[in-house]
Amino acid sequence: MRLSKKFLSDYTNLNNIDFKSYADSMLKLGNEYESITNLVNATNLIIGEVIECNKHPESDHLKVCKVNIGKEILNIVCGAPNMRKGIKVIVALDGANVNGTIIKKSVILGVESNGMCCSLEELGIDKKFLKEEDINGIHELDKEAPVGEDPIKYLDLDDTIIDFELTANRGDLLSMLGLAYESAAITNEEVKLPDLTYKTSKENIKDLLELKVDSKDVYTFLVKRVNNIKIEESPVFIKNRLIACNVRSINNVVDISNYVMLETGQPLHFYDADKLGKVIEARNAINGETLITLDNQNRILSNEDIVITNGKNVVGLAGVMGGLDTEIDENTKNVVIESAIFNPINIRKTSKKLIRSEASIRFEKGLDVNRCYMAIERACNMLEKYASGKVLDGILEYNTLDRNEKEIEITLDKINSVLGYNLEVKDVETVFKKLNFKVSVKNNKFKVIVPTRRIDISIEEDLIEEVSRVYGVDNINSTLPIFESKPSYNNRKDRVVRDIMVGLGLNEVITYSLINLDDVFKFTNDEFGLIKILSPLTEERVVLRHSLITSLLDVYKYNKSRNIKDLSIFEISKCFSQINTEYIEENKLACLLTGSYTEGLNKEYHDFYTTKGIVESLLDSLGYSGRYSFVVKSFPEEMHPTKSAYISVGNKIVGLMGQVHPKISKDEVYVIEINLDLLFENKIGKIKFKEVSKFPGISKDLAFILPKEVKNEDVISTIKQGGGKLLSKVEVFDYYEGERIEKNKKSIAYNLYFESNEKTLSDDEINPFFDKIIELVVKKHNAILRDK
Amino acid sequence: MIEKLESIKNEALESINECMDEATLNNVKSKYIGKKSVFNEIMSEMSKLSQEEKREVGSKSNEVRNEITNMLELKLKSIKDEALNKKLENDKIDITLPSKKRRIGSRHPLTIVREQIEDLFISMGYDVVSGPEVESDLYCFEMLNLPKGHPARDAQDSFYITDEMLLRTHTSPVQVRSMLANAEKKPFKLICPGKTYRRDDDDATHSHQFSQIEGLVVGENISLSDLKGTLELFAKKMFGSGREIRFRSSYFPFTEPSYEVDVSCFKCDQKGCNICKGTGWIEILGCGMVHPNVLEGCGFDHKKYQGFAFGVGIERVASLKYGVTNMRDYFTNDYRFLKNFDRKEM
Repeated sequence: MRLSKKFLSDYTNLNNIDFKSYADSMLKLGNEYESITNLVNATNLIIGEVIECNKHPESDHLKVCKVNIGKEILNIVCGAPNMRKGIKVIVALDGANVNGTIIKKSVILGVESNGMCCSLEELGIDKKFLKEEDINGIHELDKEAPVGEDPIKYLDLDDTIIDFELTANRGDLLSMLGLAYESAAITNEEVKLPDLTYKTSKENIKDLLELKVDSKDVYTFLVKRVNNIKIEESPVFIKNRLIACNVRSINNVVDISNYVMLETGQPLHFYDADKLGKVIEARNAINGETLITLDNQNRILSNEDIVITNGKNVVGLAGVMGGLDTEIDENTKNVVIESAIFNPINIRKTSKKLIRSEASIRFEKGLDVNRCYMAIERACNMLEKYASGKVLDGILEYNTLDRNEKEIEITLDKINSVLGYNLEVKDVETVFKKLNFKVSVKNNKFKVIVPTRRIDISIEEDLIEEVSRVYGVDNINSTLPIFESKPSYNNRKDRVVRDIMVGLGLNEVITYSLINLDDVFKFTNDEFGLIKILSPLTEERVVLRHSLITSLLDVYKYNKSRNIKDLSIFEISKCFSQINTEYIEENKLACLLTGSYTEGLNKEYHDFYTTKGIVESLLDSLGYSGRYSFVVKSFPEEMHPTKSAYISVGNKIVGLMGQVHPKISKDEVYVIEINLDLLFENKIGKIKFKEVSKFPGISKDLAFILPKEVKNEDVISTIKQGGGKLLSKVEVFDYYEGERIEKNKKSIAYNLYFESNEKTLSDDEINPFFDKIIELVVKKHNAILRDK
Repeated sequence: MIEKLESIKNEALESINECMDEATLNNVKSKYIGKKSVFNEIMSEMSKLSQEEKREVGSKSNEVRNEITNMLELKLKSIKDEALNKKLENDKIDITLPSKKRRIGSRHPLTIVREQIEDLFISMGYDVVSGPEVESDLYCFEMLNLPKGHPARDAQDSFYITDEMLLRTHTSPVQVRSMLANAEKKPFKLICPGKTYRRDDDDATHSHQFSQIEGLVVGENISLSDLKGTLELFAKKMFGSGREIRFRSSYFPFTEPSYEVDVSCFKCDQKGCNICKGTGWIEILGCGMVHPNVLEGCGFDHKKYQGFAFGVGIERVASLKYGVTNMRDYFTNDYRFLKNFDRKEM
């Protein structure tokens, strides 16, 4: 909402306050603003009269002029087609700042030029507000323009604009009157109401027009008629106020409807009375009904739309746009004025479908019934004054809203309890008086009469807000809530997992939950229903993801295209699916590992086993040591078929790891995904201290040549079987496959550690077990003992 | 003989001195004091001497042998030291070559900020709760005093899944969920961090996905001054101890009164800069006293209970803290961007 200082000054005095500090006070009252600007952004302008105008000797279109600016005569070179002797013009002097451009004395094709003659567009007035002749050339001032004076003042364009971003509840501030009341709370000045007087003719509207209202969504509908109007250009002050508020001037009659809307906040609609006929009706549209609106569009309507008809055909879309058939044009003689209030929800739906207009914005936010009455009177007053209209007697009136002011009672205790402060009766009283609310006090209890313009106020808390707004939270002290002490509840699982991953050298990423349809079934064999967005913004963000891996691959691709090839990243986020009517959200951890995980000399590179190591480190660190295994069964087709594994904890699969299938990524990219909700279904025991043996143990090494298909895991369990209780640890310390041994064979070397809590072991005690192990492995796995 | 011994000694010491390596030294050793050494030759002639001479020569020979042995040992040590030093000299490396360094992991900046805020409120005894990201219109809007058709819904253009389900546009529905779940309707303090979604095109200042932290405190005497004190602590914790905050009246349907809160600009100390757009203040959050309709809808008697609520945009706080100017940076995850956050903050 653009506030024009000149326009607002018609209703309240702003002369006694600095405009910037006024704006800041408004800000604190909750009225944020985007900018404060002058309507015309220029300095050093002066009115001049062209006393001589000759062709430039070196140019086809330039003219060399002598311009009298009162105290001197300036030589100015000008290219405007309308520049000629005798006209009065706006001259920007040497050093003038014209909408950001500094004007300087110069020599143009050999002729000295000591200033610039300006068009209004050059001064920052938008083209859409200007007449044809003003767009093509410099602005011509009228004959009475005083040479040597300030042209902006003379044109009444010396206005300042604050561009407010108002909150959704303050529809009342979409009017100069509303802003005047709000300003009065800052300045303590009075609010002057507009002139609503006019003469009425003997003719009564009721004899010419019938009003029918047949919709519960029409709250108020007022109609008056003004005859014999004269369509012409608007007076300057109306045009300028409209420009200041960013509304285009059409003619005096149309401008008055806009002017009254800006003034009172009540949108009006004017019909050509002769085109309208004898009936005006408001009702809900019938599905499929059509209307050609003012913008020449054929609109197909539905039951939610409220329409105005002439009893037969639709002539307007209530609150949003009028129809072409009953439009005011240059031949209009008689005008029917509509001032109405509709159900804001209907207007909102209609305007969302069709077009947002200054009118619909106001209807949507809700209107004041008394202002609705005021606006129609004001329109009559202005049509009489500025369009020579004759106002007919009588009004067609339909109203379901209460015109009485609301009365709300509130105690001082309640106010102080919510604010946490000790205001006194007079503090609160002052606030209500500043807001122009009538207030009476008895036993610390306030009876507040809230004007109908404040449709946002209906309960005690609304009044408390007014008190805090006007009194100011800055003036209230600070405390902390007093509570019974208890430990805070917080689920630390995410954090623990994240900290482990960070400790393992991975970088956390956060990616979008919404992905494209192609990706959603990748990297999973799960069966689930999709959760799709009804109206997505782009095809890339259509469906909620079920796996994080495709998002991590996107991060990988992004970085790779920037020549970053080493990545160790992870994300912990919700994944989604629909099963029957239920929306499932599961917390998942995913990692993507590629390239090296060290920096500098002799880099180490991610492979299947480093990836597996990350899974194991995580699971060990969480307390699942010894409770997990890696399982092979059919993998999603995006995974490498032989270099992947499912992660099983407590005999239940909780995740997947392995290499991304080379058809998807030529580089070796490894991924992990673990469903944390499933993982944490496995209980974690408390940390228990286990005493360390005081006696030295015996370490022994063993190497076998094994058929390639024998799994290490199975060999280890055989070793454990033979090793008995004293065997405390078995570890693989070497693995070989290659030329030095037979094809289809592999060599694995194990370190065995025997230990007792009771005594120092001797070789004699261990050897029988050791021999037993060799015997078992050789027999069971078709192994050859390589080294002992 | 004495003279002979003396000359052997001098000769030996001279030879030892000239030795450059262990092998030569061993030769010198066997030549002068070994089994077939000149020294032993003299010794073998000892038997021919008189008792008195024996004593004299014996004493001299001990002296000479000891001196040679000592010298040999000293020389051996010096040769070995020299050899080791030489070897070490050969071992010399270029210490300016790069290390073999483990890459350092990092939390995402949005996580860092979220955890900092969580920790502050955990330290004040707030519970940390979470809620679903796929939410019902009922909890996301209606029970927050935002009925269908309410103009304030415009500010939160939503991703609907069905007519009744959507991706939550704010973390506020967790207010409703927590109050409904609070069977005994007892006072409580909680925060709820989480992802939120709005139907905005992604650009430098907008993102269709972002994150918030919601705070909610309900009790018998919870007041606006409690809210003010709490947010002052928050501002000081997140932006520095010298910060002040200012409340501007605003409007949210679920709070009454409602405010937007600005923090005094920490970059220019309110002299005016590009971060605060010359105003000296930076908007950081929205808050207010819980609307009685919301309390009542969730089963809390509004005559007995009052509460405050606030909502902080985590991206906003992170951008202010770290000077990130493009929202998209948080979600593209350029490694060079992430690497900025691989160090710990004290």
